[in-house]
Order: sequence, then structure tokens, then C-alpha cells
Amino acid sequence: MPEPIRIKAPLAASDVKKLRAGDRVLVSGVVYTARDAAHKRLVEALEAGQKLPFDLEGQIIYYVGPCPAKPGQALGSCGPTTSGRMDPYTPTLIARGLRGMIGKGSRVPAVVEAMRKHGAVYLAAIGGAGALAAKTVKKAEMVAYEDLGPEAIRRLEVEDFPAVVCIDAQGNDLYEAGKAKYRTTR
Amino acid sequence: MRELDVAKVTEAVEELCVAACYDLPPDVLEALGKAAQTEESEVGREIINICIQNAKLAARERVPICQDTGVTIIFLEVGQDLHLVGGDLAEAVAEGVRRGYDKGYLRKSVVSDPLFSRKNTEDNTPPIVYTDIVPGDKLRVVVVPKGTGSENMSGLKMLTPAAGPEGVRKFVVETVDKAGSNPCPPIIVGVGVGGMMDRAALLSKRALLRRTGEPHPQAEVAKLEREILAEVNDLGIGPQGLGGRVTALAVHIETAPTHIGALPVAVNIQCHAARHAERVL
Repeated sequence: MPEPIRIKAPLAASDVKKLRAGDRVLVSGVVYTARDAAHKRLVEALEAGQKLPFDLEGQIIYYVGPCPAKPGQALGSCGPTTSGRMDPYTPTLIARGLRGMIGKGSRVPAVVEAMRKHGAVYLAAIGGAGALAAKTVKKAEMVAYEDLGPEAIRRLEVEDFPAVVCIDAQGNDLYEAGKAKYRTTR
Repeated sequence: MRELDVAKVTEAVEELCVAACYDLPPDVLEALGKAAQTEESEVGREIINICIQNAKLAARERVPICQDTGVTIIFLEVGQDLHLVGGDLAEAVAEGVRRGYDKGYLRKSVVSDPLFSRKNTEDNTPPIVYTDIVPGDKLRVVVVPKGTGSENMSGLKMLTPAAGPEGVRKFVVETVDKAGSNPCPPIIVGVGVGGMMDRAALLSKRALLRRTGEPHPQAEVAKLEREILAEVNDLGIGPQGLGGRVTALAVHIETAPTHIGALPVAVNIQCHAARHAERVL
């Protein structure tokens, strides 16, 4: 297998263009956490014409609701949650500058279409490997919606967070390709 | 009559919540180890090995295997000759969950109102508790932290008798295929057949507690388990849905008597972090 590609977050438009479904990456830099409830609030804020708690331009949102940090940890276990639940909100955020998403599981065509149109990439991390993921988080800060507890928006500084490009900005989908390769029709 | 103070139940539930979230049962680790040998996809093998590495790290460093430490499902088997004293059993169990999720740095994932406020209860209560009265004077406590990535991909269908084993096979395979990459494969597939709607669903959850890959004692059921497993693994979904030959580690079917006109089937999907812990008091 080829070596993983190191990418820096927030993402430059040119970096997104280079990535292809199937590439393994190591993400370093800043990512923001958000899942179901935070997405709902972000989109409601946009609809109400309000300012978002962070600037979306070029950012990566990591779909995660972490465990609380134990003493000595920046953040507790923090593997990805199922991305599909964010699908109803994602095209709106991509149109406003969101350039990357980290999660797990497939996305609906409307999300892939928004990714192609605006140039965004979808990375998958390993679901269920939350203890290992926590090792890559160097710093975590509360940004917004603290009342949501594990669903609050946090700013994470990560170093060499491992992921795989699952859907690239051209719309290539590793889930479809991978499944087709190993599927036996009966 | 033997007496047991419910404070002991609180203590046991607290410890079991933490242990379940930190320590993957050895049979699941073993099944993952085998899967890492048989998986044809190189990426798939790497993913399974990372899952094993993650589980070992969690056990060593006493941290949760997965951040989704779930809704706490608790099975109690209460001996009919046991007298529980010192307070309300349900409250004692809830207090155990509260303490375990606090002291174990586990995520609180329960909202009180599913439809409107969706406000987090902030202590992971209430748990979902199933109580059976059994012979003897002991109390068996089984704690299952169940995450929603896999739970959301579960399904139930009221088949009719004409559908038979073939109908069950078809529904299970369809459910796993539809789940695809979402439930964190490799998965364990719990299947409940029979009873009424509610019984089938509960059986499918209990099926997940069986030792991974252990066949059903009834030969025909065991054969159906093997056939469904083979078919599920032909779907190509593979570890994390990135393609491969190991989509499921095991298929466990549990059955119960049902109505002359019914054949309910429920499929409860469990991710590779198949966590549970138990103790007899």
C-alpha cells in the first residue's frame, strides 16, 4: 500500500482537488466537531441570517461526540459517528465554505453533488477505534453550544489523524467501488 | 431467604458499565483475530488489525474502546428465593449507571424527550432494564452498552408462515446490505424469530450476548445461521464498508414460539465493539 498523504487543516482548495477516493491521509491542524444537534443549530442560525460560531471557510467538520477527557488526555475516546445523519444539513454547509468532513458511512447523492459543485472531500475514519483516535488529539476547546454536552462544537488540534478519502471532489465513491470488487452475486 | 442489599447492585452496575466499555470480551477479540486472517482485502485486514489494536489499547489504558458508550441495556435475572433489601431496585440500578458513566469518563448519550426537547439527561440514565424471575437465590446482572451506529441499522418485519426460513434469510441479508458501511462492520448479526413483534426484537438483542460464533443448539437453526453468514459475507461490504469478504463475524439466531399465523423476524445489528459484561451476585 502507498504511504499516506499528509494534509493540513483547514484545507486549501488545491489540496482538495488532488485527493482521490482510496487515498490514505494523515490530517494535522484544526478540525471542528459537530454532530446531529449542532448541525441543526448551525443550519437554523444560517436560515435566521445569524453569524456562525466559527468561520466555515476551508474547514473540516469531524462528526464526533467524544467521551470526557480523563486526567492527562486532551479529549476522551473520539471515533467517528455515522455521517448519513448529517446529510440533511451538509449541502447548506458546503455551500457556505465547508471543505472537508470526517465521519463514517455512505452519503446521499445531494451531499456528493454539493461536494462536486463546491470542491469538498469526505474522509472516513475507523468507526469504533475511538481510543486510538484520542491519541491524535493534542488540544480541545469548547467553541459553542456547551449545553449539548457531547454534541457541543469543539475546536480540536490534531496531529496525524488517520483517515481514508471515501468520496472525492470528483464524486468517486470508495464505498461503492470497494463493495463492487468483493461482492459475489448469487 | 437470602437477602441482598441493593447497594451491592449499584456497586456491581457501576463496575460493569466501566468494564464493559473498556474491555472487549475475549471471544470478540478472538473472532476479530480470525477475521484478520481470512479477509482478502489488504485494506480490510489493516482495518481489522487497527480495531484489535484499539481494543487492546483501551484495556491497557483504561479508556473507552469507542466513544459511543451507548444507552445502557441491563438484563437482570432475579432468583425467586432472593430478597432484595435496602431500597428500590430500579433506582439502585440507575444509580450504578450514573456512577459508572461519571467515574469511568463515559459519554452520556441519553436524551429524555425523543421528539421535542431532545435534552441530554447528563448522566446516561435511564437505562433500559429487562428483569426475569428465575429459580435460585442469586442475581445475575448483564450490562450491555449499545451504540446507535449499529442500532439504527436494525430492522423488524412481520413475515407470515409461508415465508419460512427462506423469508427470514432474505430479510436478514437485505437488512445487512442496506446497513452497508454505517454500522461499523465487521458486525455481529442478532436475529430474533418468533414470539410477537416485541419478543422478536428482544430475542434479537439477546442473541448478541451469545459467545461469538457459537452455533444455535438446534441443528436446523445452526445451519440457517451458517447459510446467512456466508451470504452476508458475499455482499462485499467488508470491514468499515470499504470492501471485503468479512462483513459479519457471526450470525446468531434465537427463536421462540409464535402464533399460528405469524413469523416475526427482528435483526439487531452489533458493531465490532461488541461490548458486554456480567456478574452474579
